[in-house]
Amino acid sequence: MFAFIIRRALQTIMVMLVISLIGFSIKSNIGDPVRDLVGERVTPAERAEIADKLGLNDPFFAQYTRFVKNVLYGDFGTSLIYRKPCLEVILKHAPATIELVLGAALIIILISLPLGVFSALKPKHLFSRFIMGFSTLGVSIPVFLTAIMLIYLFSVTLGWLPSYGRGETVDIFNNGYWNSGLLTIDGLQHLVLPCISLASIMLPLYIRLIRSEMMEVLETEYIKYAWAKGLAPTRIWLVHAFKNTLLPVVTVFGLQIGIMFAFTILTETVFQWQGMGFMFLEAIQRADISLLIAYLVIVASVFVLVNTVVDIFYGFINPTVRISGTK
Amino acid sequence: MSHLLDIRDLEVNFALRTGNITAIDGVSFSLDRGERLGLVGESGAGKSVTGFSIINLISKPGYISKGNIRFEGKEISSYSDEQMRKIRGNRISMIFQDPMMTLNPVFTIGFQMIETLQAHRKISKADAQDIALEKLKKVHIPSPEQRLSQYPHELSGGMRQRIIIAISLLTDPAIIIADEPTTALDVTIQAEIMDLLQELCESDNMALILITHDLGVVSQVTEKIAVMYAGKIIEYGSTDQVVKYPVHPYTEGLIKSIPGTVIKPGCDLVQIPGMMPTLTNIPPGCAFNPRCYLKEAMCTIKTPELKDVGNGVLAACHMK
Repeated sequence: MFAFIIRRALQTIMVMLVISLIGFSIKSNIGDPVRDLVGERVTPAERAEIADKLGLNDPFFAQYTRFVKNVLYGDFGTSLIYRKPCLEVILKHAPATIELVLGAALIIILISLPLGVFSALKPKHLFSRFIMGFSTLGVSIPVFLTAIMLIYLFSVTLGWLPSYGRGETVDIFNNGYWNSGLLTIDGLQHLVLPCISLASIMLPLYIRLIRSEMMEVLETEYIKYAWAKGLAPTRIWLVHAFKNTLLPVVTVFGLQIGIMFAFTILTETVFQWQGMGFMFLEAIQRADISLLIAYLVIVASVFVLVNTVVDIFYGFINPTVRISGTK
Repeated sequence: MSHLLDIRDLEVNFALRTGNITAIDGVSFSLDRGERLGLVGESGAGKSVTGFSIINLISKPGYISKGNIRFEGKEISSYSDEQMRKIRGNRISMIFQDPMMTLNPVFTIGFQMIETLQAHRKISKADAQDIALEKLKKVHIPSPEQRLSQYPHELSGGMRQRIIIAISLLTDPAIIIADEPTTALDVTIQAEIMDLLQELCESDNMALILITHDLGVVSQVTEKIAVMYAGKIIEYGSTDQVVKYPVHPYTEGLIKSIPGTVIKPGCDLVQIPGMMPTLTNIPPGCAFNPRCYLKEAMCTIKTPELKDVGNGVLAACHMK
């Protein structure tokens, strides 16, 4: 198990290096950092001097090494819009997005598992047919439409839930970084609609994935053997079939959590949610290259890290992976 | 004295969209305590379906449409799922064909043994583990303590089949149904597994239903034999008698098809001409008639019944 974790960690480092290279290539080819710094009214001679000072005339590889070194120290440069270090800007926006993604992930897990398992066990039941029909509908409706419909129904018509912003937040560590909406009733109410709309894309896919995996597992010889051993039906379904169903589902879920971070851009825009997606859109609109690259590298790292954690977790539930890892 | 297991006129249908097809058609046989019976025939003859129907575990859309199955004096074919569950893996155990596929890959051997005991008895984990160890020793598995914490993929096919035999022994069943238990294993392991099954049946007075296409295996292990063809038993009697003096032309063909111990290189293997009919396409009269060298006009009109042909053998053939 230990060797398996080490191997995965090494792979992670390799992937991160590639990501940083891509990020840096974009940065060094788009925009003009000298202009960003001093504006238009500087003579070409002075510009050349500044470019030289900044090391912009160094060979690509030397610049890249410097970039990686700075990134390792947490220095992604300064954001144009915010006039603050990029890392600080992103870290301040991250909690909002993380809370949004976690909330959506929780909704997905709590709803897709029971519905997926039920519709696999009783595929001909009326309720299963309803779930399947509804999930087809769910897949085909885009997030922003779901979000707008939710706002119209629950905020405008019924007036039950707030339609934008994060509401009352609490500064958890008293240092201005993690403002959490999880600790106040108002904050939680503000989370409901954004989380549902973010979950709405993945949820139908999950129900279908769990259903089809479970149905496949139910047809295997070892499930038939479990019946022949005289085990109780609930045990066969919820212990024997369920654990095997989870294997592929966990892998996909890990990948999708990363994708969900990217999907927050839409949700955050509709709900005016001050998270990383919202910030990213702002950075694009105002050509804040440093912030864009910092965002790309950080989100990619989160993606890779989540996948690594999922792989390690997968090793715990699938014994065959563990063995091949120790060889 | 009543039999341990008595099957009368069993009929199994498969409800397909195009209509019902009959996979098992009027099968009858009985089994006494400690007796070993071989169910023999080609693929698709209905051997496995017969085996699975005893514990009412036929794959859908199959179902028992007629007949009686009496086990220990009780009619079990009409049992509810819960009543049947108490018999499965408890009084009647099954051994499946492919040991690589039979054990759940994500649970340890110990887990899968202990749960079987706990499904049928109120027993503590520690006590269940003791019984599991005892049975693993009985099937001659080296270092049984270590096996309990291992996963199926860490063991070879032969070893896994021993584990499955050990699982089937856990509850001291009256009958073991073994569905082609050695087909997926290589020949040397086959012999070991068959010897083991025979030894266990003799020492524990367990009855065995051995489902196989391998007449060689049947003649070594079993006392009685039922030859099946297209969903019917066509010859039934003591193994000695049937293997030495087969009555039905199909049985005769099967026995001749076994390659002898001395084979000259390059000589053809004996085979029965043609193929077994599919269930939707069974010829009228005797189902075997298109492949039979004794065929006469009557064979294509009237279905032969099982009748006594002497020496305690029953056979379904007009010509005998």
